[in-house]
Amino acid sequence: MNAPVMPPPRTGARAPEAPYVAIEGLRRTFDVSRPWLARVIERQPRQILRAVDGVSFEIRRGETFALVGESGSGKSTVARMVVGLLPPSAGDVRITGVSMTDPREATARRRLRRRIQMIFQDPYASMNPRWRVRKIVAEPIRAFNLLQGEVAIGRRVGDLLGLVGLHPDDGVKYPHEFSGGQRQRIAIARALASEAEFLVGDEPTSALDVSVQAQILNLMRDLQDRLGLTYLFISHNLAVVRHMANRIGVMYLGRVVEIADGRELFRAPKHPYTRMLLDAVPDIGLTGRKRIPVSGEIPNPIDPPSGCAFNPRCPFANERCRIEVPALVEGVACHAFQERRLPA
Amino acid sequence: MSASVQDTPLLPPAPVKRSALARFRESDVYASFRRSKLAMGAFAVTLVLVLLALAAPVISPQNPYDPAQLELINSNLPPLWYADGVAPFTLGTDDQGRDVLSAVFYGLRLSLIVGLLGVVVSGFLGIVLGLVAGYFGGFVDTLIMRIADVQLTFPAILIALVVDGVAKAAVGSQMDTNAAIGLIVLSIGLSFWVQYARTVRSSVLVEKNKDYVQAGRLIGLSSPVIMVRHVLPNVLGPVFVIATINLALAIITEATLSFLGTGLPDSMPSLGTLIRTGNRFLFSGEWWIVAFPGLALAGLVLAINLLGDWLRDALNPKLQ
Amino acid sequence: MTEPVLSVRNLRVAFAGRRGTLTAIDDVSFDIARGEILGVVGESGAGKSVTGSAVIGLIDPPGGIVGGQVLLKGERIDNLPPEALRRIRGRRIGMIFQDPLTSLNPLYRVGRQIVETIRTHTDLSEKAARTRAIDLLAEVGIPAPERRIDGYPHEFSGGMRQRVVIALALAAEPELIIADEPTTALDVSVQAQIIALLKRLGSERGTAVMLVTHDMGVIAEAADRVAVMYSGRIAEIGPVRDVVQNPLHPYAKGLMGAIPTLAQETDRLAQIPGSMPRLSDIPPGCAFNPRCPSVFGRCRVERPDPIPVGAHRVACHLYDRSEASAA
Repeated sequence: MNAPVMPPPRTGARAPEAPYVAIEGLRRTFDVSRPWLARVIERQPRQILRAVDGVSFEIRRGETFALVGESGSGKSTVARMVVGLLPPSAGDVRITGVSMTDPREATARRRLRRRIQMIFQDPYASMNPRWRVRKIVAEPIRAFNLLQGEVAIGRRVGDLLGLVGLHPDDGVKYPHEFSGGQRQRIAIARALASEAEFLVGDEPTSALDVSVQAQILNLMRDLQDRLGLTYLFISHNLAVVRHMANRIGVMYLGRVVEIADGRELFRAPKHPYTRMLLDAVPDIGLTGRKRIPVSGEIPNPIDPPSGCAFNPRCPFANERCRIEVPALVEGVACHAFQERRLPA
Repeated sequence: MSASVQDTPLLPPAPVKRSALARFRESDVYASFRRSKLAMGAFAVTLVLVLLALAAPVISPQNPYDPAQLELINSNLPPLWYADGVAPFTLGTDDQGRDVLSAVFYGLRLSLIVGLLGVVVSGFLGIVLGLVAGYFGGFVDTLIMRIADVQLTFPAILIALVVDGVAKAAVGSQMDTNAAIGLIVLSIGLSFWVQYARTVRSSVLVEKNKDYVQAGRLIGLSSPVIMVRHVLPNVLGPVFVIATINLALAIITEATLSFLGTGLPDSMPSLGTLIRTGNRFLFSGEWWIVAFPGLALAGLVLAINLLGDWLRDALNPKLQ
Repeated sequence: MTEPVLSVRNLRVAFAGRRGTLTAIDDVSFDIARGEILGVVGESGAGKSVTGSAVIGLIDPPGGIVGGQVLLKGERIDNLPPEALRRIRGRRIGMIFQDPLTSLNPLYRVGRQIVETIRTHTDLSEKAARTRAIDLLAEVGIPAPERRIDGYPHEFSGGMRQRVVIALALAAEPELIIADEPTTALDVSVQAQIIALLKRLGSERGTAVMLVTHDMGVIAEAADRVAVMYSGRIAEIGPVRDVVQNPLHPYAKGLMGAIPTLAQETDRLAQIPGSMPRLSDIPPGCAFNPRCPSVFGRCRVERPDPIPVGAHRVACHLYDRSEASAA
């Protein structure tokens, strides 16, 4: 398994190629029990939080795949497992065929490492505040030994800053001298410094004001077109996801409930949760529309409902939904959909 | 489409590189310093005392550590403004004919050396243990912090006495003065590391979850590299505050140990030793032997403490 | 009843800082009628939250109101002594903040907090006040209120807590409610429920609501009119549908184009270059002029006053008639 060296060319033809990222049965639990002594004295059992519970999907080269969901859906946990910041409890992530967990593939994984980078949510916390920007952007270049000599590194840092719409001379400044949007540009420059081809954005614009968000989203799309990047885009904002993604996975309480092409998902949402979400989101394009009232709230993820996690809020739930966890079939994990009980 | 990347903001034109001094003069800490008369006064007092200590060999009329310069004829002389005061003994002499002014200068020097070294040793120990405990967590963390908890139940002076006693039992009570300094520094270091470790650990717990540390992991940096390069510089702010306040504490501890007779020997008196020896003459009317070293010690400790208090407030944005 | 519930006239708020005085709110005027929801929207630093705080007299030193008037039903409240203002807050003006936990005392049962508020502002008996508290909780959509009234705040979920805060704000039947980012901390599905609740307040109780938020979507769903703020000034104010679909001020135009929407697919979002200036370096003339695509000479020197255009008021020289005829 060889890691590709060059960013792939953008081919118009849709050859049935292997997926760039393949995620299979990903699971992650966290032990959220109280300290041992308190637990023993008060006779409480261990508490296990299933943040991600059996998630599978594929990302094709050059596309933007988005995971969307509300708080507690596990979307950020998936992102951290995909880039390797968090080991999965079960399941595997394969990127260009290389397993991110199998110890036998450690060498190939090390070669792949610099191709995968992340853009974080909080542009104020994602950079060492004591470093000048040029040092921040140069760190991956030095860590992976990509260029030798201060002059070459300096020139590359200047190019990268230019690429994200900053002035090459901005490198001498410190992060606190920049606005949130400019810092997010620096974060993107740093991610590209190691010649990454797969970027995972964990809510990369949700800390930004809307006009700045538009700048960053446009920049990300431009860079994708230019460099053939592949994105995994995590967001709670459906309108942003619609704008960015080719394909979308909707998560609810640790599971993917629906996966569809972006256009398809917004035109004809299938899962009752997706429908509810699309109906609930406040949107400037849809002033004064009639809404179906939303009921209930997200259950506590430590103690999720049995069967389909959405069943207590679902108008179409029946006995089977309360007992049996629905599998993802044809992009929808819903008994009612499979049994054709849903209205069109 | 490349044009669209370019049309995004090129905000402030060409940034100017400014020197570290210029940036310090614009910083909030400097502004807060200029606002606080107390901090400026404390800084001035500290600066004067430090300069006196540094210049001690040059400005002192006598080398108080050189027995050849001590004349018993000159013993117990009062300060110069008394009728029987004798030049050059401005602040009088002690029972061995040692010039009190020179002894105070040299004593300041010793106190500062011991204090600074004590802070360095305790700071180093505390920072390393705090970093390790905070970054790795789990069993290592529990072990280090439980040791710290246990140590906190003993007063620092008791620990210093124990270390001192054990060392003296091992080496014998007659050791040279450098060894004595080393021993007292070690005692202070072992007594004061806990506060550094706790502070650093709690800062590390905050910093290590910040995304810039995660970004370091993403480019394959190892844990020690991340700790030293990214985490350490960002947890040093509170450490400086503790170090300043601990400097005063370390000086007091040294003085206390010397006063109790387990610190620096009479032949090489620190401020604490001077106070101990002078104490005997307090009621026979020779007050100057104890009063001037005491004043110097009090002034030094007070000034450093005030600086530490100000620094703590200046670095804590919540108080502003 | 034509008199507006809240009337803000030429309000100015300034903060004394280390490097001089910063004007956070500069000559802001608006009215809110009975039963109306006015959305105040802007990006961070635009002054929307400060405006809300200024109306209820909650600007802490070194800040303060340095000009203009705030009128509640025609009666000035900005110059009242603190004691009188405190009586007005809670009784005539209710408040809802972003984080419901800051408005609720974690040590008291929610019922007790509501009963206390009712009894401070009315002369109902303990028993009557409790009955009323249960009614209020039911009204804001808390299931089984007669049982939940004895719960502590931590026993409620985020959305339920925000409902309790709204019930608390309603306890004294205020004429005006100031809601500062009331839905920002909540999940989308809960957000929709709170928006529906706010809208019902206006239509059923006639309460005037000042809804401060950065989320244009929330404004579009909830508000009747909207004021778009920029650098401490109102750039444009008008009926929400008009402003969203047909904004006039170049900043409002840019803002609406920058927001991705579910209604249609956009290939590229409009983007406004740069970012809002800091309070310390607001440019002379129109504060938006360095970022404005239609800027001309006058914008750099003369500050635009709000000009009525249809149902909007727009602070932009482009809409000055004399300018149009001259050009």
